[in-house]
Amino acid sequence: MNGLLDGYNKGAFFCELMDCAAHDPAVALIAERLAAMDPAELERRARIAEIELFNQGITFTVYSDKDAIDRILPFDLIPRVLTAREWDVLERGVRQRVAALNAFIWDIYHDQKILKDGFVPAPLVLGNANYRPEMVGLNVPHGTYVHVCGVDIIRDENGKFLVLEDNARTPSGVSYVIENRNMMRRIFPDLMDGIAVRPVGSYGMMLQAALAEIAPADVPDPQVVLLSPGIYNSAYFEHIFLAREMGVPLVEGNDLVVQNDRVWMRTTAGLAPVHAIYRRLNDDFLDPDVFRPDSTLGVRGLIDVWRRGNVAIANAVGTGVADDKAIYAYMPRIIRYYLSEDAILPNVETHICGEPGGLAYTLANLEKLVVKPVGESGGYGLIIGPHATRDEIAAFRTQLQNDPANYISQPMISLSVSPTLAGHKLLPRHVDLRPFAITGRKTWVLPGGLTRVALREGSLVVNSSQGGGSKDTWVLE
Amino acid sequence: MNQSQSQSQDTVFHRNPLLLSRYAEALYWFARYMERIENLARILDVTDTFVRHGVDQSGWRSVIQINADEDRFTKLYGTANAENVARFYLVDRDNPTSILSSLFAARENARTLRPLISTEMWAQINVFYNRVRRLTEADAAPSRVSGLCAYFKEQCQAHAGIADGTFYRDQSWAFYCIGKYIERGDQTSRLVDIKYHTLLPSVDDVGSALDVSQWHALLRAASGYQAYRRINPSYMTPSSVAGFLLMNHSFPRSVTLCVRQIEYFLTQLSSGYGLRGAYAAQERLDELRAALMDQTIQQILARGLHEFLDWVQLQFIALQDAIAASFWRKLETTQSQSQAQ
Repeated sequence: MNGLLDGYNKGAFFCELMDCAAHDPAVALIAERLAAMDPAELERRARIAEIELFNQGITFTVYSDKDAIDRILPFDLIPRVLTAREWDVLERGVRQRVAALNAFIWDIYHDQKILKDGFVPAPLVLGNANYRPEMVGLNVPHGTYVHVCGVDIIRDENGKFLVLEDNARTPSGVSYVIENRNMMRRIFPDLMDGIAVRPVGSYGMMLQAALAEIAPADVPDPQVVLLSPGIYNSAYFEHIFLAREMGVPLVEGNDLVVQNDRVWMRTTAGLAPVHAIYRRLNDDFLDPDVFRPDSTLGVRGLIDVWRRGNVAIANAVGTGVADDKAIYAYMPRIIRYYLSEDAILPNVETHICGEPGGLAYTLANLEKLVVKPVGESGGYGLIIGPHATRDEIAAFRTQLQNDPANYISQPMISLSVSPTLAGHKLLPRHVDLRPFAITGRKTWVLPGGLTRVALREGSLVVNSSQGGGSKDTWVLE
Repeated sequence: MNQSQSQSQDTVFHRNPLLLSRYAEALYWFARYMERIENLARILDVTDTFVRHGVDQSGWRSVIQINADEDRFTKLYGTANAENVARFYLVDRDNPTSILSSLFAARENARTLRPLISTEMWAQINVFYNRVRRLTEADAAPSRVSGLCAYFKEQCQAHAGIADGTFYRDQSWAFYCIGKYIERGDQTSRLVDIKYHTLLPSVDDVGSALDVSQWHALLRAASGYQAYRRINPSYMTPSSVAGFLLMNHSFPRSVTLCVRQIEYFLTQLSSGYGLRGAYAAQERLDELRAALMDQTIQQILARGLHEFLDWVQLQFIALQDAIAASFWRKLETTQSQSQAQ
């Protein structure tokens, strides 16, 4: 290998491109093509991409007094490539995780068997701020609560996939998955030429179909809508994008009204019935009658209509308890409990301090571990052992011993790297992956996902608010 | 609403895509603001040219009058000269009638409409706005006004072209077009109202040689000069210019043509899309159309042009109110009622 990837040093990490190129001819071809690129030409294309994203409004908007300024999520034009074999593991793993999450949520709002059997401590669930007593005894179509799920996945130094977090409320970012692909087709057709990459364009149709599947069964051609908090929401672009891709109206709370136990939308022809709502609004804001009484973003009476089965809401109310850090630690057990299978995608090694073994291990290894508070009861903050002083560790030790059930601990995580354009070079930058799963009757996983990249050298923080960008994610056939 | 009613409505809804009331309102205003920008750019451009050539000394003041901005302008800027007026209308973010403010409002409406409009339509106004918001006062200096106005017109025309080529022709298009033609008709009526009296020779001058170049300026401000010449090759009188701008059936910016377009699109709403809400607006419009069809310009002039145009402008306001009441404002009432229950 020579050219642009000369001297590329992945360090102690797994490299998404180079480590796969060794045994996959298609990945090797992509690496070869990248190596042969002229850096000035790459920079030129990167600039074009950023301008296009800005002009097309693939942006989030910052409002000031008299102006609205759009900002793009930085885009790196070097794709993150997953082989068919890697994807097979991810897809099965995500599917399994969604099945377990739905079974778990059904159980905690019905029989609570897993709590009674002692597999998950009851206070962790019932005392959780995201546990919704309003949901107890309610049956949702097909037992699906988490219709859209985003699972944050990282890769250790051996290339093993590990789940970092489940997002079972209103995960965002899928619009970038599809727009990044559209962008790559325009600015980098020569890289993709002749390489079979699985398409991502059907996401909107699949989501619309899932919403139609959960709509009241007696409606032949259900009206689906996307409920957005409106243009001031930082994810408004994604709401627009999804409404367009689904072919459904983007509504705000004021567009909807409850009358006669049904939900209606205000149209130029009068009130028209609504049967399924893909909401991008948190539980708290959905219905001022049930949750925050000061919410002006939601629809008064909506939850009552939902409970009557006259409208579907995705994701269901009360899923937040399942993607909480406290529950995350128990996910491998939850999977085993409901599905009698081992987790296909393991968690990052996690020690539950509420259990004697976990606490003993954590206390013995504090200087090596990251200790995080769980649930909404936090406020004591977390401690990063390797970065903490001796005094801080000593103070934290006392804190931990006083309230061990409030903590979990994990080793310092390592994220894989992917070649990323930095100036006129390709340098290793850390990435994660968020695949998206849609579930109506069955679960479908979008082949690919959002690859977030920490653009700063050495940084492990991929969040857009802290210097993160995104890449196109290619799943090879 | 009982079950059978809602089922029969379902059938109607699925034949034609539903349109949220909020979208209808945003479409109407999106079009109005874009049309307003184009008209203002035309007037500023022509005024700049003719004041510069000493043809029309009242020019800058009348731009302010057309927009009914006398009080605000005088307080902020004082003298109505090229520099001040250009700055006030081109780049002053604090002036709600500036092109920058209208463009901001147009873009925020477009943002609401993004699920409905084409990506190209959004991208165009996005690029347009992002360039205009970076303009400085130096960009609005008198020597640059003409070039800047040309750019604004070109961008508005690009917008119109993209809309024409990409906008799905359902009821949303009708709301968009109604907004456009109400704004255009209103602008032309204001232009004639202000200019006619400024330019008309005093009673003492009647019969003296007419300074036709001022009437040229008026026609050019409405982009009607060439069309007027084509149909009136041998003469130019104040009444024929006013008649042309108000009542010509083929000139795209005449008040009559705008009214006929509005009528067409209201009929589309009521007959084509079965929206009974359009009836009230149609009745409103009948009156305005009759007033334009049933009189000659001479009769209007004899009865008082200013009074007539004042009435026309009030009719446009009443028309807008009727549309808003039927299609979006009424629904706010429904909402407050249902909240009171």
